[in-house]
Amino acid sequence: MRTNPKTPGLLIGVTWVASIFMLAPIGLSVMAGLVNNYSAGLKSGLTLRWLLEVLDVYGSTVGWSLLLGLLCVVGTLMIGVPCAYALARSQSRAARLFEELLTLPVAVPGLATALALILTYGHMRDFRQSFAFILVGHMVFTLPFMVRIVSSAFQRHDLTAIEEAARTLGATFTQRFLGVLVPAILPAIVAGSLMVFTLSVGEFNLTWMLHTPLTRTLPVGLADSYASMRIEIGSAYTLVFLLVILPVLWGLQAIGKLIEKHHGT
Amino acid sequence: MRRVMAFCAAPAVAFFAAFWLLPVVQLLALPSKNGWETYFTVLTNSRYLQSLVNTVSLSLIVTLCTLVLGAMVGIVLGRQAFKGRQLLLSLLTLPLSFPGVIIGFFIILLGGRQGLVADVTEWAGFGRTTFAYGLTGLFLGYLYFSLPRAISTYTAAAGAMDGQLEEAARSLGASRLQVARDVWLPELAPTTLACGAIIFATSMGAFGTAFTLASKFEVLPITIYNEFTNYANFALAASLSITLGLMTWLVLFATRHLTSAKSGTALAGV
Repeated sequence: MRTNPKTPGLLIGVTWVASIFMLAPIGLSVMAGLVNNYSAGLKSGLTLRWLLEVLDVYGSTVGWSLLLGLLCVVGTLMIGVPCAYALARSQSRAARLFEELLTLPVAVPGLATALALILTYGHMRDFRQSFAFILVGHMVFTLPFMVRIVSSAFQRHDLTAIEEAARTLGATFTQRFLGVLVPAILPAIVAGSLMVFTLSVGEFNLTWMLHTPLTRTLPVGLADSYASMRIEIGSAYTLVFLLVILPVLWGLQAIGKLIEKHHGT
Repeated sequence: MRRVMAFCAAPAVAFFAAFWLLPVVQLLALPSKNGWETYFTVLTNSRYLQSLVNTVSLSLIVTLCTLVLGAMVGIVLGRQAFKGRQLLLSLLTLPLSFPGVIIGFFIILLGGRQGLVADVTEWAGFGRTTFAYGLTGLFLGYLYFSLPRAISTYTAAAGAMDGQLEEAARSLGASRLQVARDVWLPELAPTTLACGAIIFATSMGAFGTAFTLASKFEVLPITIYNEFTNYANFALAASLSITLGLMTWLVLFATRHLTSAKSGTALAGV
């Protein structure tokens, strides 16, 4: 990092104001979830009772969100990694077209995708009322991220050489793919997985449309608590979300540093 | 080898076709059942037109403000070495993973009836000021979820800026303003275009924040939601979704091709 001695004071001032604007609500929310009475502030004493009440009322949404996130990772890995390989190696126009199409669920607002899914599959009641419906929505939305991250890792030049070497030594495609290629791009696969998990756990725009009273995720529960519960409970619930998402984000950062160190990109 | 490729891609293609392409084709076709004019309701009905104008103007203003603020913060974080810089950067990008509802709640904590600002203004003797449920609240919420993306992008871009160029400009007697205009601005221009498009598209489609704030200022995603859920007006909801989706996609598509070669940058963080 180069040091530039003359950073104008205006920029530093703006940085301060922006940082306070970004961080104050987080701090405020964490505090509000841990005090007895928000209006009275810290004077009213610290408590875990709001957190316990959240787990009591909304506990199941936490479990379901974690499970959905995991299934979403598994699903996008299973269909996304082979697809990323095909897209990285193929020069055909069909591959480029599919690549372009695959960006659409991200470019188009989640609300539109959710409406489309409901219009097409809404009449299948068992499917509509199960978590599988939300899972499908999350997978459509996260698949592009998984494919893009993994596909750019597959494009590394040294990989084509290793793959060629394994082939001339007589390794079958499955052996090459699972034994050579996948281990070589493991950091990208882990990064893609953490990314997909984060996106799935925090997804609201699609999920709010796709959920039913019996299929609620953490963000859906959050919206419900903000609308109907006291401010301390909403805050404690937000704290639960932070506790779920923070370790994943740290993992993502650590992986990012690892990739940078090993591959210098 | 072609067969192997096809075999590899098949599951993803099938999944995508069944759960995105097919549903979206149905969505595209739905308004036609009520007559072709349904596609243009957003232009012909003044209420929906107002909602569209609201959404576009809010998104434009938020994008402009975010780019200016994000560039300023990014220049500081990207070029200034100070203790805790990495920690501050990771804290500032943390909200990227928050659902929109949380950001709506944050705005209520700041500007709602029990909000921090109300406490401060009451203490200062101005009475309790609330701004969470109007245009100001919505603007601040959109700014909140847009800033982290701009800050992280500009920090990376500013860190990679050519220090020698700036040095040269200074030694030739360029003022601070001239350096900013002639050195910083051109170097950050591609970042600005790409990042601006993503922020605009995200703001256009944002739902959670406006939903939590139950704002008096109606934006298109909320209009679509109301038409669909409260009035069961499916064809109209579909028509409005098509308008919204087409606009965000076009903006992203156009910038991606303008910023050329770097295909997929627009995708990176929507």
